[in-house]
Amino acid sequence: MRLEINGVPTEVDPAPGQVLRTLLREQGRMDVKRGCDAGDCGACSVLLDGRPVHSCIIPAQRLDGASVTTAAGLAPEGELHPVQQALADGFGFQCGYCTPGMSVTASTLCEHDLDDLDRKLKGNLCRCTGYRPIREAIRSTLTSASTSGCGPTNAGAPRPAPPASGADRTDSAASTTPIAAGSDRSADEVTGAGARGAAEVGAGAGGAAPAGLSPSTSHGVGTSARPEAATRIVQGLEPFAFDEPVPGALFLRVLGSPHPHARILSIDTSDALAIEGVVDVLTHEHAPATRFSTARHEHRTDDPDDTRVLDDTVRFVGQRVAAVVAETVAAAEAALRAIRVEYEVLPSVLDPEAARAPGAPLLHPLRTPDDRVAEAGRNVVAALHDGHGDAAAALAASHATVSGTWRTSRVTHAQLETHGSVGWLDEAGRLVIRSSTQVPFLTRDELCHVFGLERENVRVTANRIGGGFGGKQEIFTEDLVTLAVLRTGRPVAYEFSRTEQFQRASVRHPMRISVELGADAQGRLTAMRVDLLSDTGAYGNHAIGVMFHSLAESTTIYRVPAKRLDAEAVYTNNVPSGAFRGYGLGQVILGVESAMDLLAERLGIDPFELRRINMVREGDPLHPDADKYEEDLVWGSYGLDQCLDLAESALRRGNGVEAPSGWAVGEGMAASMIATMAPRGHIARTSVSLRPDGRLLLRVGTAEFGNGTSTVLRQIAATDLLAAPERIELWSADTDAVEHDTGAFASAGITVAGKALHAACLSLAERMRTIAAGLAGADAASARLTADGVLVGERVVGFAEIVAAAPPEQLDDAGLTADGSELGDIRSLAFNVHAVRVAVDPETGTVRVLQSIQSADAGFLMNPAQVRGQVEGGTAQGIGSALYEEVLIDDGGRVQNPVFRTYRVPQSADVPDTEVYFAETDDSVGPFGAKSMSESPYNPVAPAIGNAIARALGARPYHQPFTRERVWRVAQSR
Amino acid sequence: MDITTVTSFRAARSRADLALAPGEAFMAGGTWLLSEPQPSTTGFVDLTAMGWPDIEVVDAGLRIGATCTIATLLDWARGAAAASAHPAATGRWARADALPPVPEAWRAVALVEPAANALLASFKIWSTATVGGNLCQSFAAGSMISLAVALDGVAVVWQPDGAERRMPVAELPAGNGANALARGEVLRAIEIPAHALRSEARLQKIALAELGRSGAVITGRVDEDGAATFGVTAATITPRVLRFAALPSTEELRERVEGLDGYYSDPLGAEDWRRGVSAVLAERIRSQLQESIAGRADAAAAGDAATTGVAAASPVDPSAVSARPAVPSDGADAASPAPSDDGSARA
Repeated sequence: MRLEINGVPTEVDPAPGQVLRTLLREQGRMDVKRGCDAGDCGACSVLLDGRPVHSCIIPAQRLDGASVTTAAGLAPEGELHPVQQALADGFGFQCGYCTPGMSVTASTLCEHDLDDLDRKLKGNLCRCTGYRPIREAIRSTLTSASTSGCGPTNAGAPRPAPPASGADRTDSAASTTPIAAGSDRSADEVTGAGARGAAEVGAGAGGAAPAGLSPSTSHGVGTSARPEAATRIVQGLEPFAFDEPVPGALFLRVLGSPHPHARILSIDTSDALAIEGVVDVLTHEHAPATRFSTARHEHRTDDPDDTRVLDDTVRFVGQRVAAVVAETVAAAEAALRAIRVEYEVLPSVLDPEAARAPGAPLLHPLRTPDDRVAEAGRNVVAALHDGHGDAAAALAASHATVSGTWRTSRVTHAQLETHGSVGWLDEAGRLVIRSSTQVPFLTRDELCHVFGLERENVRVTANRIGGGFGGKQEIFTEDLVTLAVLRTGRPVAYEFSRTEQFQRASVRHPMRISVELGADAQGRLTAMRVDLLSDTGAYGNHAIGVMFHSLAESTTIYRVPAKRLDAEAVYTNNVPSGAFRGYGLGQVILGVESAMDLLAERLGIDPFELRRINMVREGDPLHPDADKYEEDLVWGSYGLDQCLDLAESALRRGNGVEAPSGWAVGEGMAASMIATMAPRGHIARTSVSLRPDGRLLLRVGTAEFGNGTSTVLRQIAATDLLAAPERIELWSADTDAVEHDTGAFASAGITVAGKALHAACLSLAERMRTIAAGLAGADAASARLTADGVLVGERVVGFAEIVAAAPPEQLDDAGLTADGSELGDIRSLAFNVHAVRVAVDPETGTVRVLQSIQSADAGFLMNPAQVRGQVEGGTAQGIGSALYEEVLIDDGGRVQNPVFRTYRVPQSADVPDTEVYFAETDDSVGPFGAKSMSESPYNPVAPAIGNAIARALGARPYHQPFTRERVWRVAQSR
Repeated sequence: MDITTVTSFRAARSRADLALAPGEAFMAGGTWLLSEPQPSTTGFVDLTAMGWPDIEVVDAGLRIGATCTIATLLDWARGAAAASAHPAATGRWARADALPPVPEAWRAVALVEPAANALLASFKIWSTATVGGNLCQSFAAGSMISLAVALDGVAVVWQPDGAERRMPVAELPAGNGANALARGEVLRAIEIPAHALRSEARLQKIALAELGRSGAVITGRVDEDGAATFGVTAATITPRVLRFAALPSTEELRERVEGLDGYYSDPLGAEDWRRGVSAVLAERIRSQLQESIAGRADAAAAGDAATTGVAAASPVDPSAVSARPAVPSDGADAASPAPSDDGSARA
């Protein structure tokens, strides 16, 4: 059959059960993304004969004569559709994976749709941004005078070229116009017009750049520089892991366990292997005996060695039993159905409390503390019993005590790009894995450990990643791909389905958090007791780290004379838990901040005031008992006081949004603290090279998954080396690029990778000046970098000259090179305060957030618009956890809602705009005074909302998410 | 998603083509069939090639072709506004035949819009998904079922032997995701009787997220003869219909709604909440209907007065037309004059 794709006539012969999306990608239209494969997420949106459709559920057999327009075809080549321009310029994306589909949908909207925008956007999920910049981009496009006409693009009639003012900005780097903080509308919104700190943020950002900057360096740190990839992203042309097909790659598909706990007695693969196109079937018999953890940390001994690539015992429903490698997806899926497995079903335990009780079925009875499993005989992976002072006695003697037990639920990361990797052997026989991973180096190292390979024989690399949030700090596909490539010698690709993402990846650790607080009559805390039970599921990936971290900054944020912490992380036959934005803090902060609210109610003290009375202050020891623990934490800056003031004043100001009549209204707030790096070392090795033509090659190991690191790294180079953006190339997330990088987690993009690169850039600048001064016969101190070379006296020494004169030890194949490293020896502290006013319908349990406010202490703002985006995105995920999201597991251990139509990722309608305010601080640890701000905005959101619901109803919900069902029950029980 | 088990795709163009071979399944829009693996299906039989008319306005009422898309139904319900709603009705979306006008007296057609909005499916899916497909899929949350049940819709079913049978749409779902059709039976059309289309009708939905997949969809209508019908869908595993001779009182309605069987728990809502909010939404609808009927009675009275040259000095006292002392504030009910079919009484 014949159809037109972006105006190009194309002859196709689709398979009977094929959908439009896979047909388009087969034709090389990689701008059409796969997010859910079920019509729920909209990442695959295209125009079909002018109307927007979800191409993943359109039968290809009906396409004869059709005209299809993809994101890249919305405008003539070299141009952007106006709404794409607005999304690109307005930070309307983070990871960018949903963006092409969002662009397509947005391109069909008319001004009259603005009244119903949330409904129009409900079929396009964005996990990163919180939707505000998307809504804003659409509104600005549809209400701007330059837009004539609107609605779907007619097939075969491409839109007229966008206005010249937009068109001249489509050439990404050369003509970007940064949003200058403090000087325009966007910056006002960043900080809130008239808010305390607004003017200062702008001034601080603008004034942060070194004096004497030439205009070409206005893309430096402190400006809202536009992401370099913005234009490609809105068109879908920035490649993600599976957007660069590997010729001849085989397809890998996995057979999952139907039982929560079973021993595999036999696997008969003969019928499967007999299916035409099936190349190999992998079982535990082919897998290495070496146990490892899917979780990745700088030290592999941080996690228990309890996992095999393929095991002869399965411990959760969906766990890998066998993997098929085949030439077609159809053959692979047919082979899965043909594998015959004989199981001995074992007793299972799904409840974490029952799991540690005597007589419970044991998941990993043979593991020992040497494997980093604390008490395998009780299913306990890790335990913590710590504190200072006599908490029990202090509680007994307190003027007031409050207590409560809170529960949190499993949450899926819902990155729009699922896990996946493709591997092959290069010409030299080296194994190459391209993966959607936050940790390419740690993945390489562990693959070497498990398969007995040498590091130089393995390369792991990542393209731009379609969302991470911690979920890709794991090995979920690369090990199987490695096994398959090594056995077959052929390229192999394994891309998770959305349902696999629910069943076979990881979720946020569900926890039970019991908190007791004591205080004197003035509200000063006298004691704190926390008892925690964390359900790590069937494997201990991140069990230990999450448990320890969850109790750290959540409890050290307050001065407490007596404290007792008891915690255990236990195995159950549930889908494994893993790393997720906040790394446990959000769960315990729910307990502590809700208990603080109870205390405020009990004592009649304003909740902001209660925090002020008890908060740690700059210079305070975090462990008053002189515990050597966390000695690497220093007070690089302090902004909690400002955060409290900013949030409180915004809440007092209100925003004019009224509650529906008959609904109850309440206000709530919560505070949080976070260290600016992971403990015990987070390493980044970086380098910067000056090429003879003046271009700069930045080499880093860290990855871009919407965190904005790639933008900030370029900004650092632009500032340090006075370089225009078009001179800067970034090579990242590749084990070939640098010696080592721990990875993109623990909000390390700026504080670790950025700090290392800053050092490299300063070193290169020094080398450039020294060489130039030598050539000019002058003192290096008088040399100054310019856009064209190094100015020494009257003479500009050109880049080619400098590289040519470089000493051999400073040269590599790129040019004059300098290195920079950060080891993560010292960490600082960052803060967030969230405040909300909510309305609650007691009749239905519906909660509406009327006003959402977050203040953040991020230190110096490297890119104010991007920081704002991180705060908004973290808030959106916090709202999701607070009100909507829950991976449900039935009595048989099966995930009940493994698709987006039954798991509620927040839609645009669910996420209000959040007012974002920044404290004015300047950190002595972070580069340029910056602190981390990626995970932490998530942490205070759910308790703020829970506290507001409690105030509205006069009764408190304790089980997160505070769904309409649970809130309704609380309201009914009043 | 690609359905890799499927090895044939054939368009059905005649009734003879509807004979299913083993492994074959009927496809209407296909938006659900292609959203999940279909391990037992080896062939698709495309119903959209049958050429069934989308919308027919007949004496008995409305006949919606099973393959009518939700977008087309909505275009029709919106009347002339449709032209501007989809300016790009080109290619496959172009219509050879104009949709018939909506008879003015069919005020219940206003339910189509909230029913479409009650779907989790976005407007982009409405262009492909069909009314019949939504019915046959028979998910509790399928709001085309809510719409048809609200209006006493009848399913016209083609049987494999060439015969045809009719059944209330309320009886079509046999479970959450299962229907009462035998293998080989095809839903040909949905017929909505004119009396229901002339009713005053309302629909309310609630989900665990504002625009999420429904946990309860409640409908209510009052016919010209005053009879009231409430439909409970999504909250119960299959539709429930409550009929009253006249608009019931708050207490009676709550008792009847809460007393229904079939409430259930799944990830879209727990049984107790579904029961509770069903009663709440039903009462909100009851209250709206009562107000609307009172308003129409007032307007009709004023209109009558005007046409006879007598100025209406004041609004008609609602109590004057109330026949139910149990709820004195009721504005209108079975005793109120029926609106005229020419639509003059429409507010």
